[in-house]
Amino acid sequence: MGENVENPKSKKDWIDKVWSPAVEKRKERDINFSTTSDIDIEPIYGPEDLPDSSGSDDIGYPAQYPFTRGVQPTMYRGRLWTMRQYSGFASAEETNTRYRYLLDQGQTGLSMAFDLPTQTGYDSDHPIALGEVGKVGVPISHMEDMEIAFNDIDLSKVSTSMTINATASILLAYYIAVAKKQGVPAKDLRGTIQNDLLKEYVARGTYIYPPKPSMRLITDLFAYCASETPNWNTISISGYHMREAGCTAVQEIAFTLSHAIAYVEAAIAAGLEVDDFAPQLAFFFVAQSDLLEEVAKFRAARRLWAKIMVERFGSKNPRSQTLRFHTQTAGVTLTAQQVDNNVVRSTLQALSAVLGGTQSLHVNSKDEALALPTEEAVTVSLRTQQILAHESGITNSIDPLAGSYLIENLTNQLEQEAKKYIEQIDKLGGAVIAIEQGFQQREINEAAYQMQLEIEKGSRLVVGVNAFQSTEEPPIEILRIDPKESENQIARLNRVKAKRNSSEVEAALANLSKVARSEDNTMPAIIECVEALATTGEISDVLREIFGVQKEMVVF
Amino acid sequence: MSTTTPKRILIAKPGLDGHDRGAKVVARGLRDAGFEVIYTGIRQTPEMIVQAALQEDVDAIGLSILSGAHLDLFPAIVEGLQNAGLDNVAIFAGGIIPKQDYQELEELGIKGIFGPGTSLGDIVSYVNDI
Repeated sequence: MGENVENPKSKKDWIDKVWSPAVEKRKERDINFSTTSDIDIEPIYGPEDLPDSSGSDDIGYPAQYPFTRGVQPTMYRGRLWTMRQYSGFASAEETNTRYRYLLDQGQTGLSMAFDLPTQTGYDSDHPIALGEVGKVGVPISHMEDMEIAFNDIDLSKVSTSMTINATASILLAYYIAVAKKQGVPAKDLRGTIQNDLLKEYVARGTYIYPPKPSMRLITDLFAYCASETPNWNTISISGYHMREAGCTAVQEIAFTLSHAIAYVEAAIAAGLEVDDFAPQLAFFFVAQSDLLEEVAKFRAARRLWAKIMVERFGSKNPRSQTLRFHTQTAGVTLTAQQVDNNVVRSTLQALSAVLGGTQSLHVNSKDEALALPTEEAVTVSLRTQQILAHESGITNSIDPLAGSYLIENLTNQLEQEAKKYIEQIDKLGGAVIAIEQGFQQREINEAAYQMQLEIEKGSRLVVGVNAFQSTEEPPIEILRIDPKESENQIARLNRVKAKRNSSEVEAALANLSKVARSEDNTMPAIIECVEALATTGEISDVLREIFGVQKEMVVF
Repeated sequence: MSTTTPKRILIAKPGLDGHDRGAKVVARGLRDAGFEVIYTGIRQTPEMIVQAALQEDVDAIGLSILSGAHLDLFPAIVEGLQNAGLDNVAIFAGGIIPKQDYQELEELGIKGIFGPGTSLGDIVSYVNDI
């Protein structure tokens, strides 16, 4: 109970007269309260914490620069976010069945997960693929695999997101070629390809080539898609994996936008006009557990990107200035203990994404600290999205937390802190050089280790893990991949290799080799390869020979 | 204050997955606990891990994997170590490994399996007891 003071006149007045005496009588639960980015959180926020008058335009209005409040004029009143559960496993057939199930259940877009051999440019029969085929995603070794994955799915109707990076050009080529076979022209294709190699060097690890040729493949794809697939997002610049690897919310904004700056600079250096390709850039963030910091993060990232596009790159097209993003809840927060709690965690995280104005969303499933999710667990994830969309009421007004003293103050602080980090990366010579020096990697390792130490000390509580534990729990049912799937996959690969016209394959691969050595765009040559039934591994081998392979810089 | 040389531990990431947060945190935790730690980096084949174990003359190997390929790759690593005469090197593991697989891995000789949520303290005391 505080003292009964008449009408505190300001926040300071209230702190002095009401809060301080109360804390003197009874200490608070902690000496200080802070976000994951170590931003101190005060007991209350008031009008004095809003941006000063010169900055008040920063809050602004939806669909108006600097887009703090959202990128569309109607947001979820017009159209809900795209519900997109990331999936793919076992084989093209199993994956196709799961996609059709999810679409039947009301999912509104597809999100394709590839197995690691496909992601790193190996066919399913390569020795290094042992045990990995179909494990974390669908194996796609050639165009027929891709055709099966989209069997009975009309590519003119569905939007598809593909989590693929080093082999992005090849997988997009398969998609375009399958669409062509379905009679769907490339210009009608809607979707997103991740195509973000910089964060692979920093955190996710599925790079093949060194940064320079990777940037060339990326900008080739930008240029090709600017004219051929205008409704396709050519990159999904991702903070997700860096945050999962351990960085803070501020670092997530800063590293992601510094990577985005590097891509824009590379495309401009390759001769593209900023407003020709920038409308097709998309972003990808995590929704972590600190709900208010996350809402502020999405808003701050949107505002900072708009300013960068206008102030640094002179963009004139509002579409280039809008940061449109996909969100996934935080896999790293899922616990193997008391797995039902993960449904609650994921719901809270998804709530922050919606309050933050996401364009599409994946909600993790409760069993993912143990294995790939079962169909039952994925259905609960999709239902979580549908409950947020149709029952919670948070979709009725745009940016509903705007004007909250705390949210606006935190949005400002995150923007300012992220801006400082970007300046630091600029001073190092930009994101690519910073990566080569291991800057982001070290920052992430340090943050991850410190967080683990906090859990060890008990200053950070994880329910069911270092607090509120239960006794031994029975194992839950998990999804297993039948080893037969891998054998079938390799058998199909052999059949395709036997039936294709080998001189046509050789000619297409030779042409790709020639194009890759020149400055011409690699996309048309890659499409020619996939249509000749060249494989993911064969195409990647051609490029490995020319571009070389990236060696990991091991730091811990 | 101990005068004995610290145990040498290899932390290795078999398979193709790049999720190295856990491996790096464990490597650093063991180093801070006084062990000599060598970390291989990602995408190691069984042969590369056996080679590293030989060259570095390690007392224990910690394998971290999150891709689900453990039942294919761990037996290949164990066999490679046996062929190289490294039968007495202790092997422990972590990552995304379902409980259903623990028995098969224990029968292979992988006695310490540390799933998500394990504290560094538990891993340090396991390595101390080797």
